Amino acid sequence: MIEEKKKRPPAGQFITTQFNSLLGWARKFSLFHYPFVTACCGMEYMSAACAHFDIDRFGAGWTRFSPRQSDMLLVVGTITHKEAPVLRTVYDQMTEPKWVIAFGTCAVSGGIYDNYAVVQGIDQIIPVDVYIPGCPPRPETVLDGLLKLQEKIQHQDQDWRWKKRRY
Amino acid sequence: MLTRLQKQARQDTMLLNMGPSHPAMHGTIRIMLELDGERILNSEVEVGYLHRGFEKTCEHRTYFSLLPYTDRLNYVSPLINNLGYVMTVEKMLGVEVPERAQYIRVLMSELSRISDHLTCLAAMAMECGAFTAFLYKMKAREFLWDVIEQTTGARMTTSYIRIGGVRADLHPGFDTALKKAVEETRLVLKDVHGLLDKNIIFLNRTRDVAVMSQEEAVSFGWTGPCLRSTGVSYDVRKAQPYLVYDRLNWEVPLGERGDNFDRYMVRMKEMEQSLRIIEQAAVRIPKSSRAFIAEGMAPARAIQESRRQRVRKDIALSPNLEGSEEARYPDILASDKGFVVPPKEETYTTIEGLINHFKFFMRGHGLRPPKGDVYFAVEGGNGELGFYIVSDGTDRPYRLHLRGPCFHIVSALEQLIRGRYVADVIPTFGSMNMIGGELDR
Amino acid sequence: MEEKTILERIRNQFPAGVKETSTSLGDEVVVIDREALLPVAAFLRDRPGEFTMLLDLTCVDYPGEEPRFEMVYHLFSVSRNRRLRIKTRLGESDLRIASLTSLWKNANWLEREVYDLFGVCFEGHPDLRRLFMYDGFEGHPLRKDYPLRRRQPLIRLKE
Repeated sequence: MIEEKKKRPPAGQFITTQFNSLLGWARKFSLFHYPFVTACCGMEYMSAACAHFDIDRFGAGWTRFSPRQSDMLLVVGTITHKEAPVLRTVYDQMTEPKWVIAFGTCAVSGGIYDNYAVVQGIDQIIPVDVYIPGCPPRPETVLDGLLKLQEKIQHQDQDWRWKKRRY
Repeated sequence: MLTRLQKQARQDTMLLNMGPSHPAMHGTIRIMLELDGERILNSEVEVGYLHRGFEKTCEHRTYFSLLPYTDRLNYVSPLINNLGYVMTVEKMLGVEVPERAQYIRVLMSELSRISDHLTCLAAMAMECGAFTAFLYKMKAREFLWDVIEQTTGARMTTSYIRIGGVRADLHPGFDTALKKAVEETRLVLKDVHGLLDKNIIFLNRTRDVAVMSQEEAVSFGWTGPCLRSTGVSYDVRKAQPYLVYDRLNWEVPLGERGDNFDRYMVRMKEMEQSLRIIEQAAVRIPKSSRAFIAEGMAPARAIQESRRQRVRKDIALSPNLEGSEEARYPDILASDKGFVVPPKEETYTTIEGLINHFKFFMRGHGLRPPKGDVYFAVEGGNGELGFYIVSDGTDRPYRLHLRGPCFHIVSALEQLIRGRYVADVIPTFGSMNMIGGELDR
Repeated sequence: MEEKTILERIRNQFPAGVKETSTSLGDEVVVIDREALLPVAAFLRDRPGEFTMLLDLTCVDYPGEEPRFEMVYHLFSVSRNRRLRIKTRLGESDLRIASLTSLWKNANWLEREVYDLFGVCFEGHPDLRRLFMYDGFEGHPLRKDYPLRRRQPLIRLKE
């Protein structure tokens, strides 16, 4: 899909596509993330955010602890059934445009916990853009996932015409 | 569904919810406060948002394969959880661990303990506004995790300490890496002492806030640094020594008043004592019996050679298995064959080795402790980390229960913050070091 | 020896309630009757220098046996550096036992946990409700007859 977008568009849409790219560029390098941290992956999130493996050099350094002020939901760690309504509420409170990263195998698919208490992957609750596997993922993997998200943001249809992109 | 606080609250007070997803990087816990202005009249703590069914899952796994689950309990000091579980099983089996492995276990435990205290105090300081302390401590933690990663293969969830010993021997460059890590940690501790110890803002927020008396602390079942901050000297490593702690010189730091500042100071001093233990253990560790493992031949060629003559055992293992060659086994793993994974050279080259390996991992065979129950405790980052295992003679535990230290510490939170201000909740909660994996299992 | 005298003292004080005392793998164990729990626990805590800390409180489910549940208490004496395990059995039809909240404060949450995961009712507990599982969760997950993977989701899940 991303390869198609890189082909030359019809001439009349030149300005809108350039504006699209500009908006994509602006959005991808100024991601404000909301770290929904629950479990062990939080430690690797802290490592990725701190000085050694700086996440700030990719523009995503600012942590906004309010869903209204952030545009990326970073679901870090295991989500249990008790926590699921909370996650859904936080996701619904976020304003468009928003992206979701599932950080760690517990968020991706339930991880090693396949029992009565754990949701088998947050894509059963909210739509996910990038899945970062690992238990916990190394900070380099996290940065790689962030770069993939940035590439996705650059090449997607930006919803600057105020139409909702998702359901 | 109304909570107890909502039912009991008075008409003219405000209810504030510090919900399960909140900035304090401790995990998920819900604290509901009943406020009169900024003063807390009543509170209710709701836990269970990270209940992952650890105990029930462990009833369906063999003793060996449930080791990764123990890593994820107290996830800031995973090697100590490994150690607690493994020593409980060893107590049941009566296994004797070689001395070098004991020293390695002590080294790894203390490295984990330091990273636990670093993370706890970093988060506590950050939430009080001291962001620099957080970044400095994370830097020190990276050096420690580098050391752990070189030996165990993973930064955090290692599953390194196995029943009967450890998985692999120490990395060849371990001494230099450890020295660097210890040096960096000492520098960071010195910096943070300078930043926070006499800082009037930090003192105002933590001195005489959330004071706990000795009798109450014992009645609540507090152990670990929180108990020692009230003045009670109880450390499992000194009271019921295990591994080689009784051969090393170190002290147990105590606090006086049991307030937040004492909990902070006790943890800082414990880190220095842990560094002392690490330095002594690194010097006293018995030398490994085989300093140099000869280069082996590729397994495919060894199989070809075996067609002509008796199979050769000196094959080259993959880099993942570095440190767990058969020659190292006497140093790192107990000699009793039934409890440890057979060496890979045997498994790859002889049929008996293959059968042994297969039977070790097969469901229904393998490690089967005798019937009975056992309780063993180690000193975790937060206190007495105890495992209670009931065995019915099969290869899976019948019941595995974890005595998580921060469960008891957090149960006192409601009492500690009553009558204080909203802003006092943050350093109090931070100094308790609540770890969701251990609290909720 | 110190250990023998504690077990003997318990046996002498409560000849009817104590079923057996033993030492296994270095742990001292006392098996008592259900009704004797509160007096025995109070006796162990109140004498000077004795078991001032309740380390742990848990339950084990033996579905084939009758009585089905076994409550296990771990006590610790800080001054004397001794641990003690108390066990008692409960039948499924009468799943009640005295609460220890009047003696140790952490019994509050520990008993809530056992109530949540096993269904044991504690008489005299000030606030007995679920701790880990959410309201609306039916059943007690750690019982052996609760399947491992029976989920009860709170919100509608996709797929």
